[in-house]
Amino acid sequence: MIRYLRNRLLLAIPTLLGVATLIFFMLNVLPGDTVETMLRAEGGSPSVELVAAERARLGLDRPLLVQYGDFLTGLVTLDLGHSHWTGKPVIEEVMLRLPITLEVAVLSMIVAIAVAVPLGTIAGLYQGSSIDYAIRIFAIGGIALPSFWFGMIIALVMLWSFNWLPPLGSPSLMKDPFRLLQQLILPAIAVGYRYSAILIRMMRSSVIDALHEDYVRTARAKGLRVARIVWRHVVPNSLLPTITMIGLEFALLIGSLVVIEQVFSLNGIGRLFIEAVSRSDFMVIQGIVIVLTVIFIAVNLLVDLAYAAIDPRIELG
Amino acid sequence: MYNERSGMMDMGEVMEQIPAKTGASDDAPAPLLSVRNLNVQFRANDSLVHIVRDVSFEVRAGEILALVGESGCGKSVSSLAVMRLLSDPKTTRFTGEARLLGKDYFALPEEDMRRLRGRDIAMIFQEPMTSLNPLLTIGRQIAEPMFEHLRLTASQAQARAIDLLTKVGITDPERRLTQYPHELSGGMRQRVMIAIALACNPKVIIADEPTTALDVTIQAQILDLLQSLVREMNVGLVLITHNLALVARYADRVSVMYAGKIVESGTTRQVLETPHHRYTEGLLAAVPRLDVPRQARLQSIPGQPPSPRNFPQGCAFHPRCPVASEACHSQPELSATDKGQRYACFHPAMTWQVAALASPAPVPADDRVVRSPVLQVRGLAKDFHLKRGGTVRAIQGIDLDVPEGGTLGLVGESGCGKTTVARTLLHLQAASAGTATFRGSNILSASKSELLKLRQKIQVVYQDPFTSLNPRHRIGQTLAEPLLVHGLCADKRAARARVEELLDLVGLPRDITERYPHQMSGGQRQRVGIARALGMKPELIICDEPVSALDVSIQAQIMNLFADLRTKLGLSYLFIAHDLAVVRHISDIVAVMYLGRVMEIGTRAELFERPRHPYTRALLAAVPSLGDENRKSQAHAVVKGDLPSPLNPPAGCVFHTRCPIATGACRSAIPPAIALSQTHRVACIKAECP
Repeated sequence: MIRYLRNRLLLAIPTLLGVATLIFFMLNVLPGDTVETMLRAEGGSPSVELVAAERARLGLDRPLLVQYGDFLTGLVTLDLGHSHWTGKPVIEEVMLRLPITLEVAVLSMIVAIAVAVPLGTIAGLYQGSSIDYAIRIFAIGGIALPSFWFGMIIALVMLWSFNWLPPLGSPSLMKDPFRLLQQLILPAIAVGYRYSAILIRMMRSSVIDALHEDYVRTARAKGLRVARIVWRHVVPNSLLPTITMIGLEFALLIGSLVVIEQVFSLNGIGRLFIEAVSRSDFMVIQGIVIVLTVIFIAVNLLVDLAYAAIDPRIELG
Repeated sequence: MYNERSGMMDMGEVMEQIPAKTGASDDAPAPLLSVRNLNVQFRANDSLVHIVRDVSFEVRAGEILALVGESGCGKSVSSLAVMRLLSDPKTTRFTGEARLLGKDYFALPEEDMRRLRGRDIAMIFQEPMTSLNPLLTIGRQIAEPMFEHLRLTASQAQARAIDLLTKVGITDPERRLTQYPHELSGGMRQRVMIAIALACNPKVIIADEPTTALDVTIQAQILDLLQSLVREMNVGLVLITHNLALVARYADRVSVMYAGKIVESGTTRQVLETPHHRYTEGLLAAVPRLDVPRQARLQSIPGQPPSPRNFPQGCAFHPRCPVASEACHSQPELSATDKGQRYACFHPAMTWQVAALASPAPVPADDRVVRSPVLQVRGLAKDFHLKRGGTVRAIQGIDLDVPEGGTLGLVGESGCGKTTVARTLLHLQAASAGTATFRGSNILSASKSELLKLRQKIQVVYQDPFTSLNPRHRIGQTLAEPLLVHGLCADKRAARARVEELLDLVGLPRDITERYPHQMSGGQRQRVGIARALGMKPELIICDEPVSALDVSIQAQIMNLFADLRTKLGLSYLFIAHDLAVVRHISDIVAVMYLGRVMEIGTRAELFERPRHPYTRALLAAVPSLGDENRKSQAHAVVKGDLPSPLNPPAGCVFHTRCPIATGACRSAIPPAIALSQTHRVACIKAECP
């Protein structure tokens, strides 16, 4: 177990290195220059000397490979550099915005799993019936509707029908969890719908497969109650592929969050990302990508651990 | 999909009503289970497929009834229908009557039926590998029916589960309870399945091909166990099987099924010794046997078992029957002899005798064994290095000679390394050591261009004829492709002519070139596999379990084809199989493998008539045979326990852990091969003992 964790963490290093390299060079071939954007924002057109001086101050005049080396050395010491725009450490900026994004992400994951497992199971058990069709149409809706649009619609419906708006401010998870829940539930549903749609389809087909398995026939031959067969034999076996899907689709979830934070005016990492892009603040963009990669790797490690906890055939080692 | 209704009648009530009815019978005890006029229909697309037709049978306490037939005859479907386990009531319909202790349970609502299942009537399935839930412990799975039907507490259930595991011969039962299915071998899992079936002391057990997936020594252990449990606990067992030899050894009565109907039934002795139906007769003749002198040719039934989609009108067997007449186009009724044997045939066989087989035409003396070998294998070894460290020594020190124009049979249980030998010789994987000399050149060290030539001369026929043919290629294309690739035919027209020649050779119609593999039967596909190998004009064909996926009647056809081609084309075979009777039938020299080593090698006569290695003897004793009917009481399972893991093979003689005559010396030294004659070598230090 410990050896497995160590190996997995060691494996994360080349993954991160690859992502870091890719993002660094991709940003450097993109057009746009932080210094110029920044100086223009202060008004007028800056002189060539001023731009050069500012670039020298930020270290942008050095050869690309030296900058790359700096970036990697920084990574090792968990130093993601300073924002070119505000001059603050990137890690500080990211950590300020990360909690709300993670809270929405976890909440939408919970919403998605809570919806998908029962619905997928029911659809699989009653394959071909009208309830199966209803659930499948629901699932197709989740995949077809863009989450930002769906988010706006539910926000408007809540406003018109119930005259309800999510509370403003930034309640903390520790001090006022209920208020936080109210604030985050709509974006969580908007993003979680799509997430759940994918999981429903996975769960449904796994349940259908499991129903044809020999061990389910054995369970029926034992004379077990249907509820017991479903609960003890069908569902646990169907969860295995679904859990793998949860990890893979987490990346998609983060992508949707960038947009949904705009719709619901949440000051999360997606917001920060869009700001950074509009300012060509490469350091911040790099930092966000690295942090999200770490989170993605961590989520998938957790998924694999959950898999091993359910399936005795998987030995971690 | 499930039709659940709340309990209409308590099971206790049902059970109390029963004894009153059973008392009324005369001399024969009333049957525990009696099935009358069972019909099963599947709805497929728009048509109804009548897969089981008017099947009736009954089983009494302490009795084993065998339901025997080839694939597609409806025997498994019948058993599922009797359990009321046919999956979807929308697409399957079954009618008829099934009485358990006199009570017709087909009429019961599903909820009451559920309470019978696992409690009064239990089932054991074919595939022990997939029939247990991989995520639950063994203990949990055995206890489930006890919780459900007997309302036992956890500690009571655990105590009973330990008892049951002991009863089915599993050592260290306390520890097994906490293990998961993947930690047990196939034989152990089947024992667990039996323990589950016994959990609530059922009256009747239905076992659907319970040993088909298991090795022959394990098969003997499992069926001996089932037989003793049936006698001891006085349950009725319905044994569903395709293997007539198993019937001979274990069943009290037998019903033979063909095309969804029971065509003959009676006591095992009646049916096997004086079969009346022509199908039973043909089937009995098609089985290769170890207990009678070898036949020059197997008698085969022409054609193939009909598909349930279009069973022939009248007697379904008439298109394959040698004595069919006009009358056979109408349906024969079951008629009974004065001894109670029943058969549905207008032209019953009355003279068939086992004795007819016992005095065969003399088989010409073998001179093949003394000829020079076409392939000479010396010291062949193959190690697999595992990622996690450690080495599996899959095969070690293999010495074999394939005689020119003859057949070397390689036999052994699963995991003994026989397929590794084939793959290594075909250069599909590199050998770790040894030489294999074919016509003066060593295959194992051949260069790429030499190998290309050798591959033409050495061809292969695989076990599964379906997965070894490309499903998207028509047969014509499959057969022509290698001819063109190797430049044996100049153009497509020449290739087409050659393909037709090949089809004639293996006895397939020429128009089959337009078909796809899924449009053909298993026997036809295997003929295509053989034709593909023959296309290269090979001198040696390596056959890896070529008939084990086929039905008995088809198996006999293919075996005869192999024999004919050998004579006609002067081929040599390396014939790999697990079925000893098949190997004996085709081979001139036979090698017995165990855990990667050759235990004994000799001519057919030496190995089968004077076996010296205890493993060979145990294998021969474990194989059931049609003649076993006459010596039922013997203990068969001479070999105890499971095959050791190849990862950690026993020191010294690899067989000593299961050997009945092993001593301390066997544990320390690897026995050298002792030559008993020019052809007979035995790797056992006790081989000199009689």
